[in-house]
Amino acid sequence: MSDNLRTSASKFIDQTTRVSFKFDGKTYFGFKGDTLASALLANNVHLVGRSFKYHRPRGIMTSGSEEPNAIVQINKNSSVTEPNVRATEVEIYDGLEASSQNCWPSVNFDIGGINNFLSPLLPAGFYYKTFMWPASFWEKYEYFIRKSAGLGQSPAEPDPDIYDHNYVHCDVLVIGGGISGIMAAKISAENNFKTLLLEERPNLGGTTIYQKNDYFKINDQYSSNWLEKEIEQIKNLKNLEIKTRTSVAAYHGYNYLLARENLTDHLPLEKKKNLIRQRLLKIRAKKVITATGSIERPLIFDNNDRPGIMLSSAIKKYADFYGVACGKENVLFTNNDTAYETAISLNNKGIKINAIVDIREQNKSDLTNEINKAGIKIYNSYTVIDTKGYKKINKITIMKLSKDGKTVTDSKIDINCDCLGVSGGWTPAVHLFTQSGGKLKFDDNDNIFIPSKYPSDQLSIGSCNGNLELDDIISNINVSLKNFLKINKTNFENLKINSSKSNSKRNIWLLPSDKTVSKTKAFVDFQNDATAKDIKLALREGFRSIEHVKRYTTTGMGTDQGKLGNMNALGIISDTSNVKMSDLGTTTFRPPYTPLTFGTIVGRNVGEFFDAFRKTPMHNWHVQHKAKFENVGQWKRAWYYPKGNENMHDAVQRESKAAREGAGILDASTLGKIDIQGSDASEFLNRVYTNAWSKLAVGKCRYGLMLNEDGMVYDDGVTTRLSENHYIMTTTTGGAANVLGKLEDYLQTEWPELDVYLTSVTDHYATASVCGPNSKKIISKIIPNLDLSDENFPHMSFKNAKIGNIKCRVMRISFTGEQSYEINIQANYGKSLWEKCMDAGNEFNITPYGTETMHLLRAEKGFIIVGQDTDATLTPIDLQMDWIVSKKKYDFIGKRSLYRSDTIRDDRKQLVGILTDDPNEVLEEGAQIVADTSKKPVEMLGHITSSYFSPNLNKSIALGVVKGGKNMMGQKLFIPMKDKIINVKIADPVFLDKENKRLNA
Amino acid sequence: MFIINCPYCGEREQSEFKAGGEAHIVRPKQPTELSDDEWAEYLFMRKNIKGIQLERWVHIHGCRKWFNMVRDTSNDQIHAVYKMGEKPPIK
Ligand SMILES: [Zn+2]
Repeated sequence: MSDNLRTSASKFIDQTTRVSFKFDGKTYFGFKGDTLASALLANNVHLVGRSFKYHRPRGIMTSGSEEPNAIVQINKNSSVTEPNVRATEVEIYDGLEASSQNCWPSVNFDIGGINNFLSPLLPAGFYYKTFMWPASFWEKYEYFIRKSAGLGQSPAEPDPDIYDHNYVHCDVLVIGGGISGIMAAKISAENNFKTLLLEERPNLGGTTIYQKNDYFKINDQYSSNWLEKEIEQIKNLKNLEIKTRTSVAAYHGYNYLLARENLTDHLPLEKKKNLIRQRLLKIRAKKVITATGSIERPLIFDNNDRPGIMLSSAIKKYADFYGVACGKENVLFTNNDTAYETAISLNNKGIKINAIVDIREQNKSDLTNEINKAGIKIYNSYTVIDTKGYKKINKITIMKLSKDGKTVTDSKIDINCDCLGVSGGWTPAVHLFTQSGGKLKFDDNDNIFIPSKYPSDQLSIGSCNGNLELDDIISNINVSLKNFLKINKTNFENLKINSSKSNSKRNIWLLPSDKTVSKTKAFVDFQNDATAKDIKLALREGFRSIEHVKRYTTTGMGTDQGKLGNMNALGIISDTSNVKMSDLGTTTFRPPYTPLTFGTIVGRNVGEFFDAFRKTPMHNWHVQHKAKFENVGQWKRAWYYPKGNENMHDAVQRESKAAREGAGILDASTLGKIDIQGSDASEFLNRVYTNAWSKLAVGKCRYGLMLNEDGMVYDDGVTTRLSENHYIMTTTTGGAANVLGKLEDYLQTEWPELDVYLTSVTDHYATASVCGPNSKKIISKIIPNLDLSDENFPHMSFKNAKIGNIKCRVMRISFTGEQSYEINIQANYGKSLWEKCMDAGNEFNITPYGTETMHLLRAEKGFIIVGQDTDATLTPIDLQMDWIVSKKKYDFIGKRSLYRSDTIRDDRKQLVGILTDDPNEVLEEGAQIVADTSKKPVEMLGHITSSYFSPNLNKSIALGVVKGGKNMMGQKLFIPMKDKIINVKIADPVFLDKENKRLNA
Repeated sequence: MFIINCPYCGEREQSEFKAGGEAHIVRPKQPTELSDDEWAEYLFMRKNIKGIQLERWVHIHGCRKWFNMVRDTSNDQIHAVYKMGEKPPIK
């Protein structure tokens, strides 16, 4: 088992530094510079996972981010575990533990493998067809689907790693550090563009950096040698920043891109500590050059998924870059010259090649000549029709292709092999280009989609632009960069280039075999186990849109997003349905190009930095007095102040009684405050509130209700006339910003002629609200020279005052129904104002109360809370607040909507009081209200919006909305709960002191 | 994410702005004179164009000024911005 397949030295691998790692519990050794995939292959481990649906054994197939099979879990059962990581991208380090996914109990013996034999029962659309009925069984199905689907394990503990976000601006962003990207970066930087070059791999140079082939030369050197020198040079360019291990995840409009810079994933565990793991770069580039290369396509034939079947370019990279032979008996299967490059590399290293199977009838190029000279058998016009070997390929069967390529003829030939390299040509990696909004066109010559129309200032170069030959790539860069950067010449105009040329092409999307397609398993999407048969079935069942076929067969829906399979799927659809590829189009490529960790996405916005929060000037006092807090918008508001062992209910009952019997104090600083000035201020208020404002005297306060233009209640609050042309408006805590925005909108766009100025002053003032029978005595102690008599300072009025020499505004207004004073003071005096109130109130047992008690007290009085008792479907009439809607005013926001045919219906949901037959039964907010439980389905009349046990009335009270409730006073209704039905009666929503006697008590 | 050229501040990131729907829908001066249908036309009916659209935006985390924009909804290209009260600068 522990064959060493490291056959040659490689300068990219540090063979002096041995690295120990574990895969599925077994310890292996690799070298520094290895990926998990190359290290496993060096140990002759191909089988690394099971496929998603049939649980077929799968091996490493590629050498990059397109890998569909070698998907592993890293450091399982730890807080830093990560699922769905591609073994081809993981750089090994001492202590790395990886394990295979999609298999149970183990990759070598997998129970789900039984699905492979049941596969006739698992056709395309299987999940849709099978698990839909009966609906009640879904919970059971889901359990099994999830267990057998197994896309790895998410970590069970908080992520201990640190992540970062960084804004980046540059003139030119170059994506991809292969030969094209390096040339572009050099040209750009040397022409004084501030340039950023990003490469997803740890090293620059792409596939060229290990190309030592006599038929690909630049200035008579190996292309790798030439490129190496270029890389050394660009490292010193002062206009150029290079980031490796950085992959672009998303390319949005206006050249805004997101990239993930991987900083520590390749380091041993102990060296990662306290370092930033990954950094999300938010890049705004004036110009973008995409040089993302291309991805080799597999060929589609029966049993094309066995471990040991790999992309031919991957086999070449493992040999040339990592010094690893993927097999001892290799066969290559191709429709183009790429496999011959691989063959030359293997042959030069003494790695045995049993044969090359080429579907082309003939081909003459420098590469094929070299292979012929080497005496390697080439089967032209042959195709692989089957493969054998369960956990590893051991044999292929080939047959001769007919002239039209639709059938096979002659006799079968078996060829032994332990590794089969396949090449179906190259697919330009146009994912980022299309993400940015770019339009593709189909190139019939190479059977590829290439960029055609750029949506922003950007350019695609190299093989992602469809330039697949070395000389093509370089000449295109020279021409297009001059134009793109508006420069006269590039650095690379006089290069001497040798590039082997192939003279024949043959493309067959689905290779024929001696069996009918329905009897084959020719995989198109390896990760999702979608086969050619599935795609044909979907077409037979009437699916036509490429997006529908994708979802029905799940082709391209794995973590690899169809990087390998999509083009083949399109080709098969095109052939089967006789629609040209160009008319078919592609599915939409969506970000991210490769998966991102949640940590990278959220960066530092975790824990207390998740959202900004706002504290009142009295906040620390509340903290010191053990308040519990609730979030209201971004505000932290004191919720209740438990004493001793009190729970919330006890605390609220105590606070509520104290506020009505002695004195209570509330921190009301969070209410929105808008300063309104200007000669048209009164007119403005007339237009935005439902009631009339022109006649409000200076020094008086008034409650106002604000509607949306559709007539629904939007916000409420008390506004005070400070002087002739000066008002201060209060809004709900949560609505403050939106109300200001709405008022500004009307002022700027509908009524620019009004002389009105709005300023948000919410943060400028702290507000202490003192209420209860003793409130007047307490205020008189704090502000002794203020005349608090009911004649001179009645309810709903305002006075300027001073505490010491600090100015304050005192409003006599009430949200509790008690006599109540609100003192507004410059925010930085807020805490001392609060403490003064507490001192002065001490002898009256002044009790601080929080938002929960405030809600209870106002509910006793039947005052609404916008957003709790209303939900943007209620008019003031629905709320039984007709009294606040002016009949005389010609217009205000929302007026016309109050008599639309829909808003004048009698059977609208209307706000009413709800009393339970059992006074101790407290209803649940949100509970449904019904009249008749016998008829199914039960008709819902409405729901409970507010519910409390009132200590002052010694019974349960509730508010709710009920269809036609206004005319149902006294009617009996029911609240059906899980275990009982509660009997209730409709009541007046004002439960306490309807005559408002307490306001002046 | 767009770069928007606020007519008062210059180029800023889209995250500083808020969209406000179709532009040039004037609030009727005499709503009470309108039939239900006419009022509903003002209240609810908005175009949903694939192509050139005139729309309202506000620089909400900046100067807080409302302005209008000519945007192609099919490719998000912004062809012009102009102040409230001005005529659209396209034919
Ligand atoms: Zn602005």
